Amino acid sequence: MKRSFSSTAAAACLSIAALSGSLTAAAQDTIKVGVLHSLSGTMAISETTLKDTMLMLIDEQNKKGGLLGKQLEAVVVDPASDWPLFAEKARDLLEKDKVAAVFGCWTSVSRKSVLPVFEELNGLLFYPVQYEGEESSKNVFYTGAAPNQQAVPAVDYLMNDIGVERWVLAGTDYVYPRTTNKILEAYLKAKGVAEEDIMINYTPFGHSDWQSIVADIKKFGSEGKKTAVVSTINGDANVPFYKELGNQGVSAEDIPVVAFSVGEEELSGLDTGPLVGHLAAWNYFMSVDSEINDEFITAWQGYIGSEDRVTNDPMEAHFIGFNMWVKAVEKAGTTDPTAVQDAIIGVSVPNLTGGWATMMPNHHITKPVLIGEIQADGQFETVWETPGLVVGDAWSDYLDGSKDLMADWMMPLSCGNYNVKTGKCSGQNM
Amino acid sequence: MHRVFPLLVSRLTMGLAILLTLACVPVVGMTEATAASATEADLQTGLILLKQKRFAQKAEGVDALANSGDTLARSLLEALLNGRLFERKSDGLLVFVDTRGAELRIEDVLTGEMLEPIKKRQLRKIGINNALRTRIRAALATFDLSDPDPAVRLVAVNQMLDTLDPETTERLRGYLASESDPTVRDAMISAIHLANLSADDPALRLAAVEGLSGNLQPAVRNGLVALQSSSDDPELGAAVNEVLNGIDLRIQLYGLAETVFFGLSLGSVLVLAAIGLAITFGVMGVINMAHGELIMLGAYTTYVIQQLMPNAVGLSVLISIPAAFLVAGLVGILIERGVIRFLYGRPLETLLATFGISLILQQAVRSIFSPLNRSVATPDWMSGSLEINSVLSLTLNRLYILLFCFLVFSALYLILKRTSLGLQVRAVSQNRAMARAMGVRSARVDALTFGLGSGIAGVAGVALSQLTNVGPNLGQAYIIDSFMVVVFGGVGNLWGTLVAGLSLGVANKFLEPWAGAVLAKILVLVFIILFIQKRPRGLFPQKGRAAEG
Repeated sequence: MKRSFSSTAAAACLSIAALSGSLTAAAQDTIKVGVLHSLSGTMAISETTLKDTMLMLIDEQNKKGGLLGKQLEAVVVDPASDWPLFAEKARDLLEKDKVAAVFGCWTSVSRKSVLPVFEELNGLLFYPVQYEGEESSKNVFYTGAAPNQQAVPAVDYLMNDIGVERWVLAGTDYVYPRTTNKILEAYLKAKGVAEEDIMINYTPFGHSDWQSIVADIKKFGSEGKKTAVVSTINGDANVPFYKELGNQGVSAEDIPVVAFSVGEEELSGLDTGPLVGHLAAWNYFMSVDSEINDEFITAWQGYIGSEDRVTNDPMEAHFIGFNMWVKAVEKAGTTDPTAVQDAIIGVSVPNLTGGWATMMPNHHITKPVLIGEIQADGQFETVWETPGLVVGDAWSDYLDGSKDLMADWMMPLSCGNYNVKTGKCSGQNM
Repeated sequence: MHRVFPLLVSRLTMGLAILLTLACVPVVGMTEATAASATEADLQTGLILLKQKRFAQKAEGVDALANSGDTLARSLLEALLNGRLFERKSDGLLVFVDTRGAELRIEDVLTGEMLEPIKKRQLRKIGINNALRTRIRAALATFDLSDPDPAVRLVAVNQMLDTLDPETTERLRGYLASESDPTVRDAMISAIHLANLSADDPALRLAAVEGLSGNLQPAVRNGLVALQSSSDDPELGAAVNEVLNGIDLRIQLYGLAETVFFGLSLGSVLVLAAIGLAITFGVMGVINMAHGELIMLGAYTTYVIQQLMPNAVGLSVLISIPAAFLVAGLVGILIERGVIRFLYGRPLETLLATFGISLILQQAVRSIFSPLNRSVATPDWMSGSLEINSVLSLTLNRLYILLFCFLVFSALYLILKRTSLGLQVRAVSQNRAMARAMGVRSARVDALTFGLGSGIAGVAGVALSQLTNVGPNLGQAYIIDSFMVVVFGGVGNLWGTLVAGLSLGVANKFLEPWAGAVLAKILVLVFIILFIQKRPRGLFPQKGRAAEG
């Protein structure tokens, strides 16, 4: 039997589970797993890949003998990039299909839309994308990065290793860039960066004429101090942005751009020649040299039937989230959501970069932070990584409203936003 | 804390491996040195260091290669810069890899021998970072100072401005004596002046300041600003001030020219997108909400043609122009014959029907090409910029599109004014009944006019494919802007569309630095609404009987 990307210990557990499974009479029925990703509409670009990842993971698990002696069954629904529809589909999954857990959502607004449903029906949601933080729910497990696992370390790298003194915070005009930039601005000022050395710029969705903004950045960066751009520019608008940078001769050596939403999947749609050397901060890169990553890539490309398909960070988040759920269910001996919520805290599974991911009491996980430079072949070359693992922080330490808040879902606290100063749990996200 | 363990262990083994290989370096160096020159030793050291994982060691490797002065070192550094240098995982052999073809072409670095093709994951790329890239470029710049092409030498000199140290300055002085090209000489003299700004001799410093008068290089300006704040010599201070003021004035002037160019180029995109609509909406009076999707079809045509001829990017873009015209034009005629002709005189129904068509076209593209954006390559002659000086450079793709916009406009103008089709189009649009009485087949003219307008939209799509994403949503971004330009310019007037598009572009670009991209767009929109209140027929209202009708 070929063992794919799992530690020996986990595999041993599984073979025992498989053994007992084959003996149990109840092997007939299945455990249902919900997959809530848009397969049509604007977000289909990113989310379809995650649906396929989930199907592959469930398939692999079934080949290993399933879970608790039962086979897993994927229930795939299409919320069509329509936020209210996300809530409806989530309700269907939990009430009609009685799924044991749901893996899904991409945008923050879709997560906010399903949140009340999961809290009302006590479901489990594994959310795989980097987000702006400021949330912790009893029913949601955040396997993507919080700002302190992506944005803040990236700024640290630029400041300490590259010696950047002037900052351009460029973003698309919506909630994730605005919150992230607010955190970063507060962080930079706390580090002693002067007001006139920070330039903040917002552009509309799908902005395509970057001439004057790039010219401004060039001017801002030519005044003798090392300058970098921290980009929270969303999806599509990145292509004309990087093209304009290339055409106006702004190279990564002069003014590096570090992006938080440009990954392998996004790069596969464009000519990376002029982008070489620009940076991205993630917790996983396809180019990471580890045995478990090689196995994952081989399995993925085999499953999807193409050697050109890439892997990316949210896929790794699903890989981690799924394995954590499997382990927690085995530990609890049941798929009951409350039992799994208790069992999953403290569960550790291998990540794809050769380390371990642990579920923390605030429902965020530990991750390494990697900074990579874009290469001509559309891959990232890791140039820096955090020495250890970083614990995801639900409430930012740099914002006034949230620095006194903490999340801890273990008894006796069991609260998503406990105010350490007033000693009260405010009740939001309960 | 058992979790930290694997990480620690892997670190340790890595460190050990590096130590071991490092220990081997001098040994290899010495055994080779007995047989070969010091150059060879540098080269060998460089090769081994390049394969290390730590960037600091790779940097030493680059220096060793640069010192060796070997011709192989140069091609090695270039391959490293271009990401073509790989290590074979099985035996650690360094190879050049060409990934462009279907099969990898693998070449032994040392022997130049072609090797058996293997899978990409069996190779490990020698990765570099920005610091290394700067170092490699500096190393290559010293090679380039003796290049026969003066343009290459000029780039090399300007490259060195940011990293001037006594050593490179000395080297530049050496090259200056033998330099024959006047532009390169000037650049070298400026570089030496720049280095002299920090000289101890006050006379030398003053001469350097005066020598840099009017120089627009950012490094020069920064050097002068630094000198201004640090110097306490009044005579020098006055000279620096005067030179700096002169430089700032010139920078401002060129900044103005740059903004005008940005505005014109944004305007040319608006005109290209709108000019097809000026025909269908302006001349025929059809509100075509699918106009944006016709632009999108033109962009996808470019993509398909480029897939058909992957080795001739430039030619494929040129061929795409007539092809996109035909594809979008035919789809336009199909829409006119199939839907719009039943709805003439009922603008609201036309609007809804064409909006439906736009959704159908978008979804069709999603199903055929996938919802992912497609990448259209830009030909070499359209990338980069025309550098006028170090503060003003005109990006080539925008420059070509500006020219292209004028070409399309003139062609369309000639068709309408000089051909019999144009005559019939104008006749039908001015007075349909009379035109029919004169023997014009108005149905055929309608179809051809709509086809012409749609075809021009397709051509605009080719231009847009060079600027922005080619995806199913491409058209939506331009439909509002197009209507805005046509209404502002005056319905039914081509000149109006041209002037309106260009002036809106320039106005937008002058507002943008002051108000930000979002607010600038809003302000322009508000201005147009106010303007239409005052002059409901736009900048250039159509005169005559048709206008009243």
